[in-house]
Amino acid sequence: MVLVMGFEGSANKIGIGIVRDDGHILANERTTYCPKVGEGFLPKDTAKHHRDNILRLVQKALQTANITPSELDALAYTKGPGMGGPLRSVAVVARTLSQLWKKPLIPVNHCIGHIEMGRIVTGADDPVILYVSGGNTQVISYSLQRYRIFGETIDIAIGNCLDRFARVIQVPNDPSPGYNIEQMAKKGQQFIELPYVVKGMDVSFSGILSSIEKIATQQLAEGTCTKEDLCYSLQETLFAMLIETTERAMAHCGQNEVLIVGGVGCNVHLQEERGGKLFATDDRYCIDNGAMIAWGGLVMFTSGVKEVPLSETTCTQRYRTDEVLVQWRT
Amino acid sequence: MSNTKGEVIKQGAEARVYRTTFLGQDTIIKERFSKSYRHPVLDERLTTKRLNQESRCIARCQKHGIHTPTVYFVDLKGKSIYLEFIEGKTVKEIMRGQPSQQEVDTVSLLIGKALSSMHNEAGLVHGDLTTSNMILHGDQLFLIDFGLAYVTTLAEDKAVDLYVLERAFLSTHPNSEEMFKKILEAYRQNSKKSGEAVLKKLEEVQMRGRKKLAFG
Ligand SMILES: Nc1ncnc2c1ncn2[C@@H]1O[C@H](COP(=O)(O)OP(=O)(O)O)[C@@H](O)[C@H]1O
Ligand SMILES: [Mg+2]
Repeated sequence: MVLVMGFEGSANKIGIGIVRDDGHILANERTTYCPKVGEGFLPKDTAKHHRDNILRLVQKALQTANITPSELDALAYTKGPGMGGPLRSVAVVARTLSQLWKKPLIPVNHCIGHIEMGRIVTGADDPVILYVSGGNTQVISYSLQRYRIFGETIDIAIGNCLDRFARVIQVPNDPSPGYNIEQMAKKGQQFIELPYVVKGMDVSFSGILSSIEKIATQQLAEGTCTKEDLCYSLQETLFAMLIETTERAMAHCGQNEVLIVGGVGCNVHLQEERGGKLFATDDRYCIDNGAMIAWGGLVMFTSGVKEVPLSETTCTQRYRTDEVLVQWRT
Repeated sequence: MSNTKGEVIKQGAEARVYRTTFLGQDTIIKERFSKSYRHPVLDERLTTKRLNQESRCIARCQKHGIHTPTVYFVDLKGKSIYLEFIEGKTVKEIMRGQPSQQEVDTVSLLIGKALSSMHNEAGLVHGDLTTSNMILHGDQLFLIDFGLAYVTTLAEDKAVDLYVLERAFLSTHPNSEEMFKKILEAYRQNSKKSGEAVLKKLEEVQMRGRKKLAFG
């Protein structure tokens, strides 16, 4: 039996999880930093939030799992990608605990954590992966020891587009701007045409954002549309683009399963949007969490990544999914 | 109509491709279908737009001597376009068949030339450059699948077109970096100033791609 504790804090969530090698999740504790309406989360404040909460979450995770640190086989933390300050604030704690508890420390690529967690939770074996989050929008498929990126946004991420739009129309950040937009979209009546920008398997969102910002300022003032209509139209357009490129990648790779991961992936409407064999997880797993890092670390650990020297347990804001050698898959 | 469409040769993501005989010619019918996940207004708009783009952009290519299948007929109601059948292998098939270095070099040269003419002479961006959208017919390279193509004067648009191709290459054909470089070299040699500007922009687009990942 192998037990790993994972530390995640690359964006505005801080999470500690404990997982077992059979995929069982013993604990998955998390808190989210939510700035005021109209504001985004700044690295400095987010890092402070993580520092204030991390020790409490570690203790809570141990309690929930009902284990002592001595029972752990390894610790895993998010090396990147992410915001520098928050990443480092968590890595420092992970490094310290690995020294104190004398456990190997495994650096994990955040995106790989999402993917492997999605695979184990849903049982999807070799899906095309639609990775949608605040910092990332990618269509990924595995081949020859790498998760290869087939399509991605050529400018901003989908979550970033939604968050920035939320600020324009003053949607609250609690529990998340994306969730609130999803709820408002359900009440939308009128479909407003927005640019639709697909280039092969790539997408672009920045033009849509500036276009809807303009429409919002004008038409909301004139009363010719509602905030709900805008949420609905934005969501319809963005999701249609994502699904189109995902389908293109599936056709290209000859695969018929899709796995949706990442924070935007818990949008139920996105999950409903297409036929075929779709795998998705709920907000416990698609939103950043500690268990996914623990699980990412565990698959690395059990596939032979035994110990990483302390000097190599660093963080990096940029860390592409296809940089990681996937030695645990054939 | 349906029984005269012939044999389905490819069921793609957004279209079904049939091979048949039309007015005595070996013909491809590409029939687009509606997507239930799209808002009907959006779906209708995209389908019509892409049918039109495809025939218009093909005509534009042909005016500039770029090899593309001739459009025989467009059936807007049936969401179908009838195209000349091009005998040959897609570049994807060629790459999968362990080609010799010489074959790779020849194909790279043809791709670079074709793209440079398309961008810098016809003023077109393809919009979906992949190795399955290029067919080698004898010693001619045919470009196909112009549904996402459009006319533009911006170097940025053309650079993104090449960026899309680069990513399609690297994700579909591991270790094809050298080949992509050869394609760009041929592109450079076949285009004048406007081509240089595109390649310069490409570097910017690539940098942006690498820098973009702020957080997960
Ligand atoms: N004119 C043609 N001649 C020969 N084969 C074709 C022709 N057009 C399409 N094909 C074949 O059908 C496939 C799909 O056609 P394409 O136009 O690329 O549609 P899709 O949008 O589905 O990719 C191509 O990759 C190619 O193998
Ligand atoms: Mg095609």
